[in-house]
Amino acid sequence: MKEWRFWFAEQRGTLLAIGIFVVMFTIYLTNHPAIANSGYNVATLSNIAQTAANKGVLLAFVAMAQSLVVITAGIDLSVGMTFTLTNCLASWIVVGSPLQTAGGVLGVLAVGALCGAINGAIVIFGRLQPIVTTIATGAIYFGIALALRPFPGGSVNGDLADLLTGKIFDVFPASLVVLAGVVVVVWIPFSRSVTGRGAYAVGSSDLAAYMSGVPVRRAKFVAYTLSGLLASIGGLFLTFFTYTGEAALASGNTYTLFSIAAVVLGGVSLFGGKGSAIGAIFGALAFRTIGDLLFVFNFDPLWQPLFQGVVLMIAVSLGAFGLFRVRNRLEWFG
Amino acid sequence: MTEAARPVREAASRMPAFLRRVDPAVATAFGCIILLLLVGSLYSRNFLSPEYLLQQLKVASFLGVIATGMMLVILLGQIDLSVPWVVTTGAMMASFASSFGPWGVILGIPFGILCGVLLGLLNGVGVAYLRIPSMIITLATNAVAQGIMVVYSGGFSPKDTASPPMRYLATGFIIPALPNAVIVWAIVGGIAVFLLTRTTFGRAVYGIGNRERAAYLSGINTRRIVMLTFAMSGGLAAVGGVLLAGYASKAAQSMGDAYLLPSIAAVVLGGTSILGGRGSYLGTVAGVILITLLQSILSVMQMPESGRQIVYGVVIVGMMLLYGRERLVR
Repeated sequence: MKEWRFWFAEQRGTLLAIGIFVVMFTIYLTNHPAIANSGYNVATLSNIAQTAANKGVLLAFVAMAQSLVVITAGIDLSVGMTFTLTNCLASWIVVGSPLQTAGGVLGVLAVGALCGAINGAIVIFGRLQPIVTTIATGAIYFGIALALRPFPGGSVNGDLADLLTGKIFDVFPASLVVLAGVVVVVWIPFSRSVTGRGAYAVGSSDLAAYMSGVPVRRAKFVAYTLSGLLASIGGLFLTFFTYTGEAALASGNTYTLFSIAAVVLGGVSLFGGKGSAIGAIFGALAFRTIGDLLFVFNFDPLWQPLFQGVVLMIAVSLGAFGLFRVRNRLEWFG
Repeated sequence: MTEAARPVREAASRMPAFLRRVDPAVATAFGCIILLLLVGSLYSRNFLSPEYLLQQLKVASFLGVIATGMMLVILLGQIDLSVPWVVTTGAMMASFASSFGPWGVILGIPFGILCGVLLGLLNGVGVAYLRIPSMIITLATNAVAQGIMVVYSGGFSPKDTASPPMRYLATGFIIPALPNAVIVWAIVGGIAVFLLTRTTFGRAVYGIGNRERAAYLSGINTRRIVMLTFAMSGGLAAVGGVLLAGYASKAAQSMGDAYLLPSIAAVVLGGTSILGGRGSYLGTVAGVILITLLQSILSVMQMPESGRQIVYGVVIVGMMLLYGRERLVR
């Protein structure tokens, strides 16, 4: 009877993220110059959707990766570097015959998962703080990326790239289909498994989870490993879009920082145990749309970073309204 | 656990008093510095020369000033991710003010620092009064500062150059052979040590880092302390920016990017707990020198950038595994 209430309480952050995205994207769409020129028809809409999707999925994958770790009350500052590393690797090995390409893709995914697993192992068995660990491993991954590609270059299997960044049946952006596929294959089984629930439990309270017999270490380890895997899918897609590999420090750092912003916009609590990767995806898409809003309103692109910053600032300050509900001042301190 | 710890404690009790008080983390960090110097001297005979060491100290002082602010914030159990663009804002605004005649030159440095303090205050209000996680609000402040600076500079490095006082502050010698930047770091460090060990403010910072709730119940105005600390961190980042601009004789777009992670790493390598409430300034000094020397040695060895990054990461993980591990709870 009251089941839906619990469901609603659990999914509130995710639903809010979807809401923000829908509002932002509607504003974006209704002011888009292509719509103004040719009205609403399938071809125009699918073109706009393809452009927006191809911009958005990169951050969506990285934000998904970040959300898995954040759910366990950790943080992954190396996620952008895993993304960069797998981009550089993909520009070497995702080439040649279909068989070679498939092997290359698997290799890239394996390296991504390995990066995540190393983070997880250091955090769990080394008992270091995630933030310190991932700063250090991020430097290592970036170093390897730089060794692979001291200068931007390389190539990628063009057929595969065009297939995955194009449109299916000339209507639907393929990158969104892949994103949905990854959600179905990775996120849903994970979040419904004992391990996935364990990750939430660890995020809420490490000690209580341990006392209740939750497989704490396994949950954390799987969350970190999957996080690396998701970041590497993002890296693959970056290669498909750009056809090159580039080890750029600024771009890696930007993706790390944006992924945290997207995760927060997506209703995932930084204190752990709350939110979902789906929320993070919509947070990422909303964040990208905010950046593009200026473009449709014909502002000077110089103002884009400031606009993005101010919107981010307002978005995170909205959380402060929860303070009005506090009855006891001690609740301020969590 | 206690059984295993007993022999260690007995051994400790036989040590002289001044050794017993030494934090093992700080001792390890200084040990590593000596090790680095020895390794470096094998590669180049100039490595132990006073000129070279002073040069290193000068380079370290930029990181040192920034890491001081970072340490204060980390002691609270928070983090300041707005360092990159607060550094740049401080540098750009100080250079900008200097283009307005002699008064601008005089007021340029205070103006740059004031901008940093204001950005820090924004962080502080968000963390202390709005209870936004510091990782988020400082990120947002960083984005806002970047936005303002991009609009100001038009996306390019600004034309204004550092004023003579800024250059003097970074590269001049008020005392022969001792670079001014080092003196600035010494003054900043001295004030930080005084604040942390001799004032109620310092006690409150450590108290909040250990448990904010308890600090609040003992009558500390925790919110004001948190806000002030973030403002100080912003101000110190801006001082770092002013010094850097003086050193390079102009401000540049991404000059602060290279200082965020090293400053956190320096603080943490110096034995300050990232969870807050524990750590000494001496450790931060050790961490800053350690990181600067490491970077310098790797470039003396002519290692490519990729190798440098890898060694850098491995050293941080390795040293933290040596002494930065959390206690096993269960």
